[in-house]
Amino acid sequence: MQKQSTSLWKLFSVFFRIGAFTFGGGLAMLPLIEREVVDVRGWVGKDEILDIVALSQSVPGAIAVNSSIFIGLRLRGVIGAIAAMLGTITPSIFIILIIAHFFTQFQSNPILMRAFSGIKGAVIGLVAAAALRAGKNAVVNRYGLVVAACAFFLSVFGVLPIVWIIILGGLSGIVYFRAKGGVA
Amino acid sequence: MILWQLFSAFFKIGLFTIGGGYAMLALIQQEIVSRGWMTPQEFVDVVGIAEVTPGPIAINSATFVGFRTGGIPGALSASLAVVLPSLICVMIVSRMWEKYKSAHVVQSMFAGIRPVVAGLVAAAAVLIATPTLKYAEGIASQLLTLVIAAAAFYAVGVKKFDPIKVIAGAALVGILIFR
Repeated sequence: MQKQSTSLWKLFSVFFRIGAFTFGGGLAMLPLIEREVVDVRGWVGKDEILDIVALSQSVPGAIAVNSSIFIGLRLRGVIGAIAAMLGTITPSIFIILIIAHFFTQFQSNPILMRAFSGIKGAVIGLVAAAALRAGKNAVVNRYGLVVAACAFFLSVFGVLPIVWIIILGGLSGIVYFRAKGGVA
Repeated sequence: MILWQLFSAFFKIGLFTIGGGYAMLALIQQEIVSRGWMTPQEFVDVVGIAEVTPGPIAINSATFVGFRTGGIPGALSASLAVVLPSLICVMIVSRMWEKYKSAHVVQSMFAGIRPVVAGLVAAAAVLIATPTLKYAEGIASQLLTLVIAAAAFYAVGVKKFDPIKVIAGAALVGILIFR
């Protein structure tokens, strides 16, 4: 655990960058967070990031904000959590303040609208890339494949709220690994 | 006192939004429109803006509504209020997690939850793709959107490019090619 070694400014600036490039909400930021936090800085392990995402989806609030609080808290305690959280939300606050000021010009600017059309396409690909990566890390046997497929269909067809899908997955893990006699 | 009203309304929105993303839109609309802070049409515009600007939709709408009703102090009050419940809840949950994560039952639970996350992320790709393709005007735009999506998937998922550069590149392609 590298407590104290990460500066608050580093936490703020890394999450500022994540916040500034999170389009499409929620899980679209996962590839970015994974790259910055897992690959580049090694603040969090590959499996742990999936746990943090699951926990972030199970408590109130936006996933991007919640996961930044989790990671900040782990690296530098409460003050780190606040630094990471402020980093995540500062870009949106600035951008919305500017837009709220120039609302009508913004809506009718064709160049911006075309740029966003391109970004929307990329977001689909980014989320698919996050799914591929999460699948590689988490789906290691037939049980995992069945659980992932169930979660996929329950969510796509809007059968259950996401929190309930996560809770069911947790219960299935408890039942399955008890029958099997342990996780490893 | 408008700042306090904004703060309490958005604290409530933050507290009752679980699962992230678009789940909270109904709640935000109810709170904001019923207080007369915005018309339903203005709210639709805010959602549109939130979709094309970076950052969580909860923060975007809090900042926008706060600014419209109380200027910059209103924007800051609403934005901080909407994330405060997250800060409190995550601190509680994180403490419990650190304490119990080595317990067998918690390990089994997370061994079950990790594949769920993989499935949910895959579902998110489908759920984001559907409206994006539906509202793209004409076959050419839809095809182009799919091509950009596939290229972004390959660049980030297979070639491990920086997602920030991929988003910037997609914006550029959009400006040059979309009509």
